[in-house]
Parts: sequence; structure tokens; C-alpha cells
Amino acid sequence: MKAAKKITKGTILRNREIAPGIFTMDIKSRWMGKKSRAGQFVNIKAADDTTDPLLRIPLGIHKIRGEEISLLYKVVGAGTKLLSLRSPGGSLDMLGPLGKGFDVSPVIRRKKAVAVLIAGGHGIAPLFALAEELTNKMRKVEFFIGACTREEITCVEELKKIGAGVRVSTDDGSRGERGRVTEMVMEYLSGDGKDAEHGTIYACGPMPMIRAVQDVSKATGIPAQVTRDEYMACGIGACRGCAVETTEGVKLACTDGPVFNAAILKWDKETVEK
Amino acid sequence: MIDLKVRIGKTIFKNPVWAASGTFGNGEEFTDFLKITEIGAVVTKTVTRSPRRGNPVPRVVETPSGLLNSIGLENKGVEWFKKEQMPFLKELGVGTIVSIAGETPEEFVECAGKLTGKNRPDAIEINLSCPNVFHKGARRRLFAQDPKITEKITKAVKKKIKCPVITKLTPNVTDIGEIARAAENGGADAISLVNTYFGMAVDAEEMRPVLGNVTGGVSGPAIKPMALAAVWSAYNEVSIPIIGIGGIMTGLDAAEFILAGASAIQVGTANFIDPGRCAGVLKELKEYLNRKKIKRIRDLVGKLKV
Repeated sequence: MKAAKKITKGTILRNREIAPGIFTMDIKSRWMGKKSRAGQFVNIKAADDTTDPLLRIPLGIHKIRGEEISLLYKVVGAGTKLLSLRSPGGSLDMLGPLGKGFDVSPVIRRKKAVAVLIAGGHGIAPLFALAEELTNKMRKVEFFIGACTREEITCVEELKKIGAGVRVSTDDGSRGERGRVTEMVMEYLSGDGKDAEHGTIYACGPMPMIRAVQDVSKATGIPAQVTRDEYMACGIGACRGCAVETTEGVKLACTDGPVFNAAILKWDKETVEK
Repeated sequence: MIDLKVRIGKTIFKNPVWAASGTFGNGEEFTDFLKITEIGAVVTKTVTRSPRRGNPVPRVVETPSGLLNSIGLENKGVEWFKKEQMPFLKELGVGTIVSIAGETPEEFVECAGKLTGKNRPDAIEINLSCPNVFHKGARRRLFAQDPKITEKITKAVKKKIKCPVITKLTPNVTDIGEIARAAENGGADAISLVNTYFGMAVDAEEMRPVLGNVTGGVSGPAIKPMALAAVWSAYNEVSIPIIGIGGIMTGLDAAEFILAGASAIQVGTANFIDPGRCAGVLKELKEYLNRKKIKRIRDLVGKLKV
């Protein structure tokens, strides 16, 4: 059966800048709150009744709580800039929930399984909802957050509050360990994190980080579910814009993903250089 | 009751609002958003004789009031389409127009030849105008930039199959009228225009093109004025029906194209923003016709007061 999705209007409750250029928007929407799963996304209109911006913006669902969802987004262009200016009380046109979310069953099935979550920058967006789902079900969550510098690190206190173990790294060493987040994960997995060998890695972040996570998964034998973020137009599998090369042929980030088994991802020259 | 019927060759379509090729899949992705049988026809995503992987990503990017794409006719081939996609449309009973393409004139004919028999379409649209693929042996970059080859392919496909043939044209030409006449001379039952306009987007910070394929085709509201002018020019050159395409978002946009000479229209990019938009365009067009007291859609075609 196909998953239910529709266009619906939610009410903006809060829209706040939590770090320079990074915002969270809380939205009241019974439909999205009920139907969304961690790892899915919504395709939203930054503004109504305009052709510029023309397309919807795909945003990962950051929190799913009752009849509310939250979105975490970075201002990168005209659409997200407009979105950042929206005020509470206004309505938000959303299409969703879209895509396949994270598969939590490997962690749910085994009581002792550890979930290793790896976020790069605002890639933390969909992983928060996953962490919350898993800690609610009394599973152990080890959360690794990496960014270029300390200003881009978000959600640490909130994650600790829901019971996740949190470790931070920055490229410039301004917060947490200095270096790549995947180096920190490797260190953990070969030391304190020995018990993670029966767990699952979940990761969301920029392309080079996802590739490094693929390497970690290969080296340790721990399966990894990772997200692929590609330019997309429709979000429902019609435009074929968000192509992802895999060992199983061309797949779409919007309907086959955005979450993929890291083992099947292939990288052509263009994507490596990005 | 307004008479919305549109006749193309021997086929009658129930109304003039169709979903454009490449923006609607085979319709299955849209069943959550509209009743597909309400619209006049679905023009399916272009198929080719053999499967195509498509172009490297990024394949789509937004431009001011427009969408720039370079998908590269990714498809699993005509045999797969006939087996996996066609039955859904046939069972539904919606008007079905299959878009075909090829790298050579022979590939068009071969592809069309596979679309006969039990699950045959109501019409075939020959896509001579995709800006993102290489057309072998064409004197120009696209087949539809060359009147001789436009006529030749139209004629050859027409000879191969019984259903009506619609030739889809590119606006990237100096004289659209000349190409429209060539399609008519080739025996096309109708022409559809416009396909996308050549375009590109540049990331100045990274000093790179945004699209993986460097250039692409622009669609959406940004191209509507140019598309209207192209339809009007073609309307003044040929007597076969014209299917108007280019940035149609509303029923009023549809009426504009019909006034400029289109007998039917296709909704494209709008499907990506509102997957139920085709039904909305049809509803709004009916409201317009009611307001203008027009009883038959064909009475509106080309009725621009100039």
C-alpha cells in the first residue's frame, strides 16, 4: 500500500533563529503530526500566491510531537530567506509526509542494540526525531554532532534532556573535539562503543560526510542508513530530478529515499567533486 | 452544459486540459491528489527504444518564476512502459498520449511500432525537441530545429501507426511557423508547443554551472509570454490543431493559450508544485467559459481580438 500524503495547511506556532542562519519552525498540523515518521520530509511553500519562489522547499521533519511538527532549516536561498521571515499565526502550505523514513526495526528488535546517530551541521534536522523516537522506546542512542565551527552546533542540551549520549566535534576545535565527526565515531566504535557492533548507524549531513560514514560502516561491519539530499522539484517521484546512483540502478531521493542503505550508494565523478 | 470536446485526427478527447509529458509520470503518482479521469489526457513521460540512464545531478534547479531541468529523458524503455505503465492508464480509461523520442529517425519509428495492438495509446506525441539529449545526424542540435527532418520523422511515424500523431516542437528556432508547416506537411494531426527554452544557471561563488549537464531547459510561468507568442505565430501558419504549452498555472492561463490559437493545452511545471493542479485548471477554465457565456470550447480557439 502507498503511504498517505496530501496537501494541508498548518499553523505556524514559532519560528526562531537557534544559531546564525539556522531556524526551527514549529507548526500545528494534526495530519503531519499523526502521519509523519522520522526521516520523512515535507515539501512546503515559503509563501502563498507567488511564482517566485516557484517550487516548494523540501525540509526534513525535525520533531514529531502529537499534533505538532517542527522543521529545522538553514537559510541558503530566496525561499528559505522568505520562510525565516514568516510570523507565528500564519499558515504554512505543506505537501507530505513524503519519502521513506528511517527503519528503526533493527534497533527496536534487540533490546541491547545501540543506535549511533551522526549529524553534520543542520543534518541534525531529521535525526532529532529519530533520537526522540528511540529514547522514548528505551533504546540507547549515541549522538555524534559535527560542524565546521561551534556556532553551527545545535540541539545539544535538548538531546541530553531526552536521554541521548552526545559528543561534539568541530573542524576548528572551537567546541568539542577538533576534527571530523566520523573520526570521532571511529574512535568511539573501537573503544567505549564496542557494544555498538550489533547496532545501526543513522546519518544525515553533507555529501563528504555521508561518504565517510559509508567507509565507517564498511570498516566496522555496522549497517548504516544515510540520507541523500538532492535538488528536487516535485517530491513525489514524477520529475525524476533527484536521481541517486546505486548498485541497484538509478533511484530517487524523494520516493526511494531520502534514507538509503549506505552499502548500495555509488558516487560518480560529479557527485564526488561537489 | 459546455461542450469541451477536442478532436485530434480521429480521436476525441473529453476536454482540452492535459498533463504534459515528463511532469506527470504515467499518472500513478498523482492519484492521491486528483481524479485523473477528469482531465482530457495524460501525456506520459517520454519513452525511447532502449532504456536511458538520464543526465548527472543536479538535474533540476529553480530560476526566477521558472524551473531549469536537465533530466535527459531517463526512462526504462518502451517495452517496459508498455508492460508496466500502460495497463494502469488503460484500466483507468483516461485519454492516453504516449510521448516518444529517439536519437535517430529510425528509433522514433521503431519505438512507435511497439505501441500498437491491444494497449495502444489514443495518440502519440513525438518529442523532437528535448533540449537535453543529443540528436544524431541532425544538422542542428535538435530535430525540431530542422524543418526537413521534422517533416521526415513525422511522416515516417505517421506511416507506421494508425493513431493520431502530435509533433512536439521546440521554441528555440528563428521561425516557428516554418517548423509548424513542416510538421503539417509531414502529416501531423496536431502540433504541440512549446517544449522548454535553452537555459543555464551559474553558481558564481563556486564558479560552476548549477546543473550537472551544464545547460538545460526552462519551463514555468517565466516562459508563458514567449510560449503564447509562439502559439500565436504557429496558429497563423497552419490549419491543424495546436496544443499550447508553457507556464500554464491557472484556468485563465489556459484561456489565454486557447484565445491565441490552441485547441487544447498541457499543464506541466504546475504539477510539481500542486499535484492536483490539472483538475484546478479545468475547473477554472469552465468558470471562465461560463462567465463569458461560451458554449463550446472550439468557439474560443484563436478568438483573440487583434
